[in-house]
Amino acid sequence: MVFDVWKSGEVLGEEELCGSHATVINERRILPAIEFKDVELAFDDQVILDKVSFSVRRGETKFILGPSGTGKSTIIRLILGLLKPDSGRILIDGEDITDFDDVELMRIRKNVGMVFQEGALFDSLSVYDNVAYRLHETKTPEDEVEHEVRRMLRFVDLEDAIDKMPSELSGGMRRRVGIARALVGNPNIVLFDEPTAGLDPPTARTICELAIKLRDIEDVSSIFVTHEMNNLEYISTEYAILDREGNVGFELEGETRCQLNTEVLMLREGKIVFSGRDEPLRHSDDPYIRRFLRGK
Amino acid sequence: MSGRFFFEVIPRSVYPFSRTRRPFDRMNLFTRFLFELQAITNLLWRSIKGLTKSPRYFGEIINQMDQIGVGSLGIVVMTGFFTGGVLILQAYPTLAYYGAQSNAGQGVATSLIRELGPVLTALMVAGRVGSAISAELGAMVVSQQIDAMRALGTSPARKLVTPRIIALLITLPLLTIAADLFGLIGGGLVANQLYGLDTNTYVSSVRTGTDINALVTGVIKPIFFGLIIGLISCHKGLTTKGGTVGVGISTTQAVVLSSICVIISDFFLSKLLQSALDSTLF
Repeated sequence: MVFDVWKSGEVLGEEELCGSHATVINERRILPAIEFKDVELAFDDQVILDKVSFSVRRGETKFILGPSGTGKSTIIRLILGLLKPDSGRILIDGEDITDFDDVELMRIRKNVGMVFQEGALFDSLSVYDNVAYRLHETKTPEDEVEHEVRRMLRFVDLEDAIDKMPSELSGGMRRRVGIARALVGNPNIVLFDEPTAGLDPPTARTICELAIKLRDIEDVSSIFVTHEMNNLEYISTEYAILDREGNVGFELEGETRCQLNTEVLMLREGKIVFSGRDEPLRHSDDPYIRRFLRGK
Repeated sequence: MSGRFFFEVIPRSVYPFSRTRRPFDRMNLFTRFLFELQAITNLLWRSIKGLTKSPRYFGEIINQMDQIGVGSLGIVVMTGFFTGGVLILQAYPTLAYYGAQSNAGQGVATSLIRELGPVLTALMVAGRVGSAISAELGAMVVSQQIDAMRALGTSPARKLVTPRIIALLITLPLLTIAADLFGLIGGGLVANQLYGLDTNTYVSSVRTGTDINALVTGVIKPIFFGLIIGLISCHKGLTTKGGTVGVGISTTQAVVLSSICVIISDFFLSKLLQSALDSTLF
């Protein structure tokens, strides 16, 4: 497996010299944010996931590609504990959550942000209350809540919409509010479930830029479920940088920098048919992959 | 794929004993009944557990009491008023035939306070509130808001089910009392205006028909009915599957099932309360 090197500790060489403190930090660093070990799931006689194993490193964005009905969204639901696997183990930050009950899962979910297909905003709450949901649940003082909500809405560039109701927002805005809501509490894992489905190209691009910013500037690990290839194009070839004034810019990978923290996982009928960087995927000879990438 | 299978919609953490993932549609009626019963019991247990630890959503309880209680007051009062009226309208000629018209109030009081008040109020509330609850929760399931809630670390049972059930448990007895009162007033009006019965005779006859057993029965029943309506509607809403069509189906099922359960349980509750109350204090 590609990631065995991360698990086996072979990369520990340098911090052995730096003393124990560095070792602790680096152990956290090399512990995968999400790990699936031989996960199987079937409903009746229909196999959804068939011995799926993969891991997402810290700060990595993992694309999950595949046609509809291949178990992409199921993987996300398994990570959140909304579903339980038939067999296999699921680890979040090194903790085995497979047999966790609801109380323990709630603790895990606090570190995981989830962006739903259509945003899944609460209709009855305003944008402010939607984004503040997590903080209101933990009885955070209102001035802190407002500060945090404004910070998050600025991140998704929607501060003006703070008093609107979800029904007054466009599809793209709803999803950006969904992203802001998922990011409250600074989760170190963010799951995107087809966040750009049905959006116009510029809005889809904005969502991808948010994902790039999260990966490169906030060091968030994420899973990006999609079947839109331009999302992969943007996220796997561009990186975000901060200039001296603190403005975020996007650059294409090239001679100065190379993008290493985005990988692709491709599913077919519950099995992984490809795992690795985006270039090998594009150059793959596998007829199934070629058909998926080019549509014929 | 989502919503296709029963257990995909409601994860196993809600139904911990259901290891078999057999699609719900293909079960026979008896197995289905058992599964539903298990699910509803589980929901009850979880909503009770929701009260034992914070966060408790008192604001949400008040809000639901306003929507369920105050919102239903109008229809319940009207139902009670006209039921009381029609009872006198039909019974009075027969009573007059036997010369027992002075007992008219007693008949209305007994039938309203013991039976018609609680049952009719529960049926009206099942139609108005049960449908609203299951449609709202169903729409939340379909638009992934329930998943979002769980993903944000909140238990839907605690946040959505507990406040609704508590609101029903508190407001349904109160609504029943309102229905009873207006029913007696309606009966009195009909007796007085149409048949010329003296108001004092009516009132004293009502007092004869209103004993402590009737009052206790009339208040205990709606508490059970509130539980039935709340649990069934929340359960049906939360197990909605299959998009907007599914919301319609679960709403219909919630109203039909809770109405039938109210009527069936009324018989057994009456019997139970009858033997319990008659043999004890009163």
